[in-house]
Amino acid sequence: MKTVICIVCPKGCHLNIDEEHGYEVSGFGCERGIAYGVEEVRRPMRMITSTVRIDNAALPRCPVKLDKPIDKHLIMAAMKELDQVRLTSPVSEGQIVVENVCGSGASFISTRSL
Amino acid sequence: MYDLIVIGAGPAGLAAAITAAKNGLKKILIAERDREAGGILNQCIHNGFGLHYFKEELTGPEYASRFIRMLADLNIELMLNAMVLEITPERHVHVINRDVGYKVLEAKSIVLAMGCRERTRGAIAIPGSRPAGVLTAGAAQRYVNMEGYMVGRRVLVLGSGDIGLIMARRLTLEGAEVLACLEIMPYSSGLMRNVVQCLDDYDIPLLLSHTIVEIRGDKRVEEAVVARVDQNLKPIAGTEMTFTCDTILLSVGLIPENELTDKAGIEIDPRTKGAIVRENMETSCHGIFACGNVVHVHDLVDFVTEESEIAGRGAAEFVLNEKSETADEMTLLCGDGVSYVVPQIVRRERVAKTQTVYFRVNRLFDKSRVVIRSGENEIAAFKRPYMAPGEMEHVKIPKALLDKAEGAIVISVEEDVS
Repeated sequence: MKTVICIVCPKGCHLNIDEEHGYEVSGFGCERGIAYGVEEVRRPMRMITSTVRIDNAALPRCPVKLDKPIDKHLIMAAMKELDQVRLTSPVSEGQIVVENVCGSGASFISTRSL
Repeated sequence: MYDLIVIGAGPAGLAAAITAAKNGLKKILIAERDREAGGILNQCIHNGFGLHYFKEELTGPEYASRFIRMLADLNIELMLNAMVLEITPERHVHVINRDVGYKVLEAKSIVLAMGCRERTRGAIAIPGSRPAGVLTAGAAQRYVNMEGYMVGRRVLVLGSGDIGLIMARRLTLEGAEVLACLEIMPYSSGLMRNVVQCLDDYDIPLLLSHTIVEIRGDKRVEEAVVARVDQNLKPIAGTEMTFTCDTILLSVGLIPENELTDKAGIEIDPRTKGAIVRENMETSCHGIFACGNVVHVHDLVDFVTEESEIAGRGAAEFVLNEKSETADEMTLLCGDGVSYVVPQIVRRERVAKTQTVYFRVNRLFDKSRVVIRSGENEIAAFKRPYMAPGEMEHVKIPKALLDKAEGAIVISVEEDVS
């Protein structure tokens, strides 16, 4: 049995998910909480946003994000990959900065033109 | 003479200017003190912006750029590095900038969109020595996300406002150890999803009903003494614990930045600490409008945009088609359970179909009803499953129901026992 706090709405229901009995969810306030609870126990995914170094730009850091969520346990490894990156201006919004982050198939892309 | 001068090029100012242009105003200027438009969004590199307005999840810079790109197409003039020093009820704007010097510009309408400012250590009077390393969460956010400086290695976050929660995660990702997030109230003042995704994900404890009672350190923060507080928010002797840390981030609330508003003699609501506004976001000064965090502090930028579009439309209508001032001003008042309402005044004949009223509750509510009363009469009620002070609420009151009211309207919240 695992407990997660639902983040679908502000109410923050405490969901109990029974992974040994077909991911049965209890403690939910609405249907959306069931789907969230199951996904959160089976395979928690997260978005990461961060920054990378950039040279010759108005600012020394360029913000980036993943183009799709990755497995939660890969977060710190993904951050390490960003440490190696050094961009040079100009960079445009949406430009790929790191491809296939930690073999996940997701990429880091720039979130502003700089 | 400008049709409209907007003060501030953050999300509020951008949306107001763009909407005013789309509604027929030709000569629009936005005065911005920073070196670029976008305001606070530029340092909010996390995602979650735009879910309501664009129906997709954007980061702060992406949300800003959607609006900034529209400025050129709409011929809106943007004056950067420009500090507005004063505005007058006659709609004169005193502005200073390195290129143009000191200028007094005239406008047919003004939109105030200066945003808000963080409360600092002084505002909450934390005892102890005054070493380096105590900074507001938003200042840290700008250092880390835009200017490339790391602010510390062992960090304590005081206050559970959203920026504090977001920065707890951000600093963890950048290699700092965030020891705990302390909140003096028995509930988080930030959004639940931020508590879960920024603290719980990284095993950062959230200590509710706790505060810092002493900061120690000579040149740099060395220790913070933390204690539990009682129901009156007074520290309980004997509950002290000491954290070894080099940095303390404060996320203890935001205050609308209203020096210009005050100086112009515009009426301020002591509850919101922003201007008192009417249904079209007009202040007590004819032709001067206000929107966004300068009016009341929002949790979500999407609602800032929505509110600022109302102000932009209001300014356009004022300039192009000024209606005579009317006497029928209905006041909206806070009843039990409500800490503020916006707008505070509604002129019914200007309401089209419904009037959106934003408010915050002053304590946690489970199943409850938001009740709108005129005198003894209940004119509308809205059910809510759950409400918390940290999340701004709104109701849409149909005009037909407003027309039934006489005198002031009171908005209150009642536990739903049925």
